[in-house]
Parts: sequence; C-alpha cells; structure tokens
Amino acid sequence: MNTPSNLKYTKSDEWFDPATGAAGITDYAQSQLSDIVFVELLVDEGEEIEVGKPIASVESVKASAEIYAPAAGKVSAVNKGLSDAPETLNSDPYGEAWMIKIEGGAAGEVMDAAEYEKYCEGRSH
Amino acid sequence: MTYIPISPTERDAMLKTVGVKSLDDLFDAVPKKRRFPKLDLPPALTEMEAAAHLAEMAASNEHVREDLISFLGAGAYNHYVPSVVDHMLRRGEFFTAYTPYQPEISQGTLQAIFEYQSLMTNLTGMEVSNASHYDGATAAAEAVNLAYAQFRGKRKKVVISPTVHPQYREVIRTYTQGMGVETAGDDATNFEVGPEALTSLIDESTMLVIVQYPDFFGRIYDYAKLIEDAHAKGSLVCVVANPTALLMLKTPGEMGADIVVGEAQPFGIPLWYGGPYLGFFTTKKSYVHKMAGRLVGETVDNRGQRAYVLTLTAREQHIKRERATSNICTNQGLLALASAVYMSTLGKTGLQEVANLCYQKAHYAANELSKIEGFGLCFPDPFFHEFVLCTPKPAGEVNQYLLDNGILGGCDLGRDYPSLANHLLVAVTEMNSREEIDALVEVLKEM
Amino acid sequence: MATIVEPTIFELSSPGRRGVTMPASDVPETALPPKPLLRSDLPLPELAEVDVVRHYTRLSKFNYSVDDGFYPLGSCTMKYNPKINEDTCRLPGFLFTHPLQPIETVQGNLALMFEMQEWLKEISGFAGVTLQPAAGAHGEFTGVLMMAAYHKSRGDSKRTKMLIPDAAHGTNPASVGMLGFTVVTSPSDSRGNVDLKALEAACDDTVVGMMLTNPNTLGMFDEHIEDVIKLVHGCGGLMYGDGANLNALLGIVRPGDLGFDVMHFNLHKTFSVPHGGGGPGSGPVGVGPVLADFLPAPLVGIIEEGDEDEMAPLYGFVTPKQSIGRMKAFHGHFGGGLVRAYTYIAMHGPDGLKDIAQYAVLNANYLQAKLRDTYKIPYDRICMHEFVAEGRFEGSDVRALDISKRLMDYGFHPPTNYFPLIVPEALMIEPTETENKDTLDAFADALVKIAEESKSQPELLHNAPITTRFGRMDEVKAARELVLCCWLPEGYDLNA
Repeated sequence: MNTPSNLKYTKSDEWFDPATGAAGITDYAQSQLSDIVFVELLVDEGEEIEVGKPIASVESVKASAEIYAPAAGKVSAVNKGLSDAPETLNSDPYGEAWMIKIEGGAAGEVMDAAEYEKYCEGRSH
Repeated sequence: MTYIPISPTERDAMLKTVGVKSLDDLFDAVPKKRRFPKLDLPPALTEMEAAAHLAEMAASNEHVREDLISFLGAGAYNHYVPSVVDHMLRRGEFFTAYTPYQPEISQGTLQAIFEYQSLMTNLTGMEVSNASHYDGATAAAEAVNLAYAQFRGKRKKVVISPTVHPQYREVIRTYTQGMGVETAGDDATNFEVGPEALTSLIDESTMLVIVQYPDFFGRIYDYAKLIEDAHAKGSLVCVVANPTALLMLKTPGEMGADIVVGEAQPFGIPLWYGGPYLGFFTTKKSYVHKMAGRLVGETVDNRGQRAYVLTLTAREQHIKRERATSNICTNQGLLALASAVYMSTLGKTGLQEVANLCYQKAHYAANELSKIEGFGLCFPDPFFHEFVLCTPKPAGEVNQYLLDNGILGGCDLGRDYPSLANHLLVAVTEMNSREEIDALVEVLKEM
Repeated sequence: MATIVEPTIFELSSPGRRGVTMPASDVPETALPPKPLLRSDLPLPELAEVDVVRHYTRLSKFNYSVDDGFYPLGSCTMKYNPKINEDTCRLPGFLFTHPLQPIETVQGNLALMFEMQEWLKEISGFAGVTLQPAAGAHGEFTGVLMMAAYHKSRGDSKRTKMLIPDAAHGTNPASVGMLGFTVVTSPSDSRGNVDLKALEAACDDTVVGMMLTNPNTLGMFDEHIEDVIKLVHGCGGLMYGDGANLNALLGIVRPGDLGFDVMHFNLHKTFSVPHGGGGPGSGPVGVGPVLADFLPAPLVGIIEEGDEDEMAPLYGFVTPKQSIGRMKAFHGHFGGGLVRAYTYIAMHGPDGLKDIAQYAVLNANYLQAKLRDTYKIPYDRICMHEFVAEGRFEGSDVRALDISKRLMDYGFHPPTNYFPLIVPEALMIEPTETENKDTLDAFADALVKIAEESKSQPELLHNAPITTRFGRMDEVKAARELVLCCWLPEGYDLNA
C-alpha cells in the first residue's frame, strides 16, 4: 500500500496535499474498489466547498463510492481529463488522478501517513 | 391442485430431519393470534375446470380479431405477429429463466438482449439502447430521471409538448411529484401549434424537452430545429417515437435527439388489454452512466469465446442504492426477445412492407372518410398511420354508433382535450382490409 | 480474436433474404411524405424464417432455466411455472383486447381484474389493491409515493427519513432516493430481527415510515414484528412491507393483520408468473385503510350492481379520492401477469395456498438441516422459505463465488451470492415448494462435495465452471470497452 508521507488522509479514504491543495482518493480506496470504470466530478471551478461535501462519484465493475471534500475552501481547479481516463484512479491515484484543488484549503479531521496506514490495517477483513 | 412433489412419507422424513413434529410447528415465530387465518377464497379448481373457467371469462370479451373491426390505436396497436414469435417465447429455456446474473449459464438471454439493443439503436439512429423498461410511458419518465441526474438536480424544468400521449404525461407527473420538478407546455388547451411554440418555453433552467413523433394526433414534424434551439440553452431533448413509424421516417437520431423512447408493443407483442408491453430507451453514449435500467455488453470468457454480460451494474440500485438514477431492477426480458424475433423474422423488407401498408391504408381511410359530409381531416400536416377526424357530433356518440355496428372507432379526444369533443383519433394498420375501411365509411355515411 | 460460438442476428444476415412476407396493398397508392421526412436507410437484418428459428433455438440452449433444473436463487422464488398458465394467458379474448375499448366490451377482463383485487386483499389482509405496477420495484415506488402523499395531505412536511434495515434489498433505498428522502439504516440483532432498541432511538416525528421485508432476506420471520410496527406507528410513521418473501406467508399470516400499511406483491415470485429472463414481472400493491384513498388511478370497481339471478354486475374504472396518479400507460401487466396469477390462485384455493407456504418452508429448513454441519449458518434458527449460509471455510481462499460457479458443474443454478450484505460471503438459498426430496438431497450432496473440494483441489473451484458451454467472463473488459450493440449506423464511431 502506497501512502506518501507528505499527504494528509481522511477516514473516508481521501488524500489532501496541504502544499498544493490537491485532493483525490487513496491507494487503499482504489484497491478496494478495484477496476474503476467511471468517475464524475460533482463540483465546479470557483465553487466554495465545505469539508465532507461530495466532490466526486466513482463506479467500478463491482462497487460505487462517493468521494468527500477533505478540506474546505474554494475549488481552484478540477481535473477535467479524469472522466475520460477513470482507469488512472487505479494506476496513479496520487498523481495523474488528482480530482480537485482547493485554494486556501482548511483541512478537516485528517491523519498523517503512519496513522492512516494503521487505520487501514485495522480495517482489512 | 398444487404443484408440490413431496409424498406424505417423504414429508414426515423431512420433518424428522428438521426436528419438528408437524408442518404447523415451523411457524412458531408468527404471532399466535394471527397465525393460520381462514382465507375466504373460492375452492381450488382442477386444471380442466380452470381452463374452462378462464376460457369463459375470455369469451365474454369482444376482441379485435373476430368480434370487432378496430380503428383504435392511441398508444397500443393491432398488428400481425408472425407465428415464429410465440414459438420462440414458449421455449421454457427463455421464459422460465431469471435475470441473467450468472452469465456462464445465461448466454441465451444475454445475446438476445444484446441483439435487441442493437436492433433498437439502428431503428432509432442512436448509439446506445438499454435492455428495456416497463412500457413507453415509464421509459419517458426514466428520461426525466436521466436528465435530472445529468444536471445533478441543478436544472429543474421539463418542457413537455401537449401532444405527447396524455397518459404518458400523467405518468411523468406521478413519477416526478417528489423531485421538485417544474413542468411547462403540458397544457391540453394549446395543441394546435407545431414544435416552434415550445421553443419560447426553453430556458437555462430546462433539463429536458419531451416531444412525440409522430405526435399523439399522428402529425409528423421534423424536430431538428427545436432540438437545435434546446441544445443552445443546454437542455436535452427526448423524442417519444412510434417504432412502426420509424421504419419509414427520418430517425430522431438524425434530428439530433439525446434520448429516444417509446412503446415497442407494435413489434410482436399482443394488445393483451394494455400489458405487459415493452418500453424502449435509447440514447447517446455520453449519457450511458446516467441511464437507468439493465445493459448488456460484449466481452470474452476465460476460454477465449465471445460472450455477453450485464455491464456497468454499479449504476444500478443493488450497488448504488439511494444514489441510483432509478430503482428499476428488471427489464421486460421476454418481450425484448419478442421484438427481436419480430424484427428478425420480418426482416428489413418485411418491416418496410408493414410500414408501407400502414401508411397506404391510413391515407386511403383518411381520404374516403373526409369525403363524407360533415367529416373532415382536422390537421393539414403529414401523418403516418393515425390521424384526427373532425366529426359532426361528439366523438363519443360516433363511437357508440360504430360499436352498435361492430366497429371499434377511434380514440375520443374529448376525454383528454376538452375542446376536442368532436374529434376522433383514427388508427389504421396492415390488419385493416379495404373492406373494413369501406365498411367504416359506409356506416358513418348512414349515421 | 475471440471465438464466435453463435453469430449475432446481424452477422447471420444476407442481403435479399426474406422471412415472413406481407400481403400486397389493396388500396390505391398514396405518395409518401416529402423526402426530408423519410429515413435514408433501414439497417436491419435480412434472414429466412428458418435462420431465425435455428438461431434463437440455439441461443435458448445456452440458458439454464427452471424447466432445466433446480434454481435455488434466494429471494427470487424460482418455482415451477405451470404450463396451463401459458395457455390461459393466450386465450384470444385476452390477447386481442385493446386497453381503451369501451368497458361494455371487456367485462371478462374487468371481472378478472376485480376478482384479482379482491383475492389479493383477502390473501394479505389489506383494504385496497392496485394492479397497475409493472414489477416489484415499481410497486415499491408506488408505495413510497403513497406514503409521501399521505403525510403531505396532513400538512406534515417535516417527515423525510425512511428507516430501512441493513439486510434490505437495494430497491428499497433506491425507491426512497427517487423521492429525495434520506435513508436511515436500521441494524439487525443477533437473531436476525430488527434491533428494537436502535429502532426506538431512530423513531421520531421526522420518520416517513419503515420499509421492512418480513420474513427478511436472512429468511427469518421477525420475532417481534408487532412491536416493530407499534414503534413505527407510535411516531406517526407508516409501515411498508416488501412482499418479495410472501411465498412463506400464504395462509400462514396476513401482513395487513400484523399492522402493515402497504405492501407490494411479486406475482412473478409468489404466484408463478414466469420470470422471463428478467421480466415482465407484475407488482400489485395492497394498502390498509389509511392509504386506500391514495391508490393509483384507475382501479377496477363495480359500476352497477348485479342481481342474484341473472344480471352480472357491470365492472368499470373508479378513481380513488386522493390518488397519486397513474404509474403506467395502461392497466398493468394484464395478460402476461394477472391472467397467469389468477389461474394459479384459482387452482390452489385457500388450502392449496397454505400448502405452498408450508412446503416452501419445510424444504428450506430441510436443506438448512442437511448443510448445517458443513457450512456456517450465521443466523441459525427455524427459517422461513430461505436461509443464508456463509460460503467460506477456515484457512481456505475459496469464496462464495467459487462455490456458486462450481455448482453449475453439478447441474444446479447457484444460490444468490453476496446478499444480504450483513453476512460475509453470503449464499442465500431458496428452494421453493416445487422441488422434491431427491433434488434437495442431490443439491445438499453437491454442496458437501464442494466443501471437500475446497480443501483437496481449490484450483478446481477457482476455475469453475468447467463443464458448461461458457466459462467465467471478463467483466472488466465489458465495462471498459463498452461494446453495447453489434451493428452501428453509418457514421457512428463508439470509440471516438
């Protein structure tokens, strides 16, 4: 499981980069969903969002999930190319498959990488 | 009689394995004072008795193959169904199977639905068809659900032409009553105008425009301009189409429609007093994730064989639950098969013959009827196999007179359009012979 | 390139081939509409009749059906579909009547519908029944619309929460979602009942009602059902019953007597309407007195009373006072649904219906008893018409899916997998009353054998099925490549 140390993580498996404001889903989340075939971003550029607001909807072959904002602030960018390449959520969740950037992002309740790894281990059934 | 294949001896052995004394003992969890009610139902019939009883009930109807000459359409049409269709439907392998959840042992149903989807996309000129809906009206309501989901609830207005089938409009109203949807155009007093009149109702809050093709009065309009105007405002457009008419007419796909739905009953499904029928639903590929209903896609199995599976199932209720576009979890599987067999057996040329016969006979009827004094065609627009006849008396009275003469007249438009009490919607199909049409004309002349 | 087992109807097409032909026109010719209104091409197949018959006959042989063998798909009630139903529903008087015919000409149809309403009311203990809904999910949506309309009619606008147990069918929350209500999940207790404490805490004046399947999807009859209903009614909510599992209750208990306010029937499960490869079903809805005025319009009623000697009553349509409206263009699934179910009920009578439930429950308990030592039964008590086992074994990577696929090699249709969600690796088994002891024994033997194979040759299970015409499918390819039709109109490119 890949959990870059510079990122912050939520209990609902989103990551947030305090340096750039970027957010997306974690490696753990993509592996649980497995083959992702559809993603729809639910927020637009310029929108003010609060922590916990649904920002994207993801569907895989066997499951679906809502993705929630890990931080509050103004949406400064959305990854427009993502909906045409949902498989990148599986191959590069922290890179190419970023979802949105949140300007002045005040993170909600987040964990650091070590805490998140421990949290994931505790859940594996 | 029952269909229980367990003998008393076997029953007792099974009860012993379970560890209870009697069948009644299996129901201890049921509140005692409510347990084993005495049902006031007629005593059981044997198969022989049931067959006779049902035959008697059926025989007390007057039907359109023997008792009545029919010119009634308005959403359900009397067409010829080739014998092959029912022979295929009666195969137990098709009709006693469940939804194809286990693709390894359901390829018959899956490939048949895949073929149905292909036939429907080609018929409508669209890119994607789902595996079908309950009927044309609910398919139209699902178009609203698609548009609502597509705009994520941010657009709330649906513009509905008043010449969409009145009962379809009723169903759309029922379906959307909890969604906070606003409708415009759905006004039964404003039907004389063509599609242009709808344009002024479309604005930036409009998610969907719904028109019918040919419209409820049988009129053929090219909706290309309306669709262009709707698209300019960002709205989607749904065309409710008659499949028999599509065999001859320009496809809604060519006009630019985003969604094409309709009632495929004319394609191999009996009138059956209104159901079950077959709602078809086709759209563009870009909306496939917001489309409700089952969808079959092509793939391969682990032996390298081409095969079919239910795909994009994560859109559906069993996974997406309250976030799904719709709660629908079935299609009209067996009837989708019926329409696929119907289209295949008649084939391209046979289907064109059906369409042409409908068109020719309807125009002959319209021409002859409009010669009768006091009667006339109400609209000058081109039509396919259904048209509005102006009558000198209320259409209800005309229909009663026809019925007394063994003829099922058209649909009395006064029922749904108060100002059209003297208007009869007449449908003619390949089933109506020239003699029947002439008989209708003669009876009306004498009225 | 993948091997083609059976070409599609388009691949079998050959230009110029003819199937069924139509008679020549017997009327003078009229010119076609102007060219811009006509389609340029009709890209549909061209085949001879024999080609069509052989194609669909071959396809039919790729299916497994109730007529082929045991089909213990939990919550689907895959019982035998009597052949007489196929004849009665095709009687010409039913086949060839138009839904808009004057009522005087269709008294047979209306009498059948009226009696069907009365029978379903009697069977379920409800005050009113609509026959309009086309399927179970459609009936559910109808029911939820009525619940919403009821609260609205009382000016009670703050109710937006629907209580739904964790074991519920996905259609329940989806129906609720269509009205914009929120779902509040209600947990089950260790015996598979609704957890009363948690329910009590959730019940307040914002509750629309509760949607409960009873017996639930674990096959358990709720041991405190009347307390559950009392709690929901106590906070002003209405009680919805999902009738998916009604087969266990015929002649045993009437949901209306227990206090349910509304329930849908699945005529394709309980009353032997064939499933048709995924429809058409038929989903009438019954309601208690509080919702009777909200039923969809129209219902069938008696317009003029008959007399005892000769005059039959005149049946016609009536509209409930506060009807939610129309759910479907015409009167419901009359021919394919109501006539078959009517035939079935008429042939069973009150005692036969009770037999159905008793033997359905006996068969399920018998199988449960035979499998208890081999498979873990997480909620192990007397079940109703179905039960849920865990499809996994200590120290093995064999899963419920593998067990299901292997069952195909033994000639059985698998049970429902991975449902309900509260049981890991669930195998949900519903044998129905139309299976004999030999079949149940053979099925139990196969499952015991598969449990042994999971230890001795797990790879065999991972690769199953091996004896069927088709093997496991690449579902990722299907979803990623999205080939959804086999012959596209000119000018379309799906990959563009």
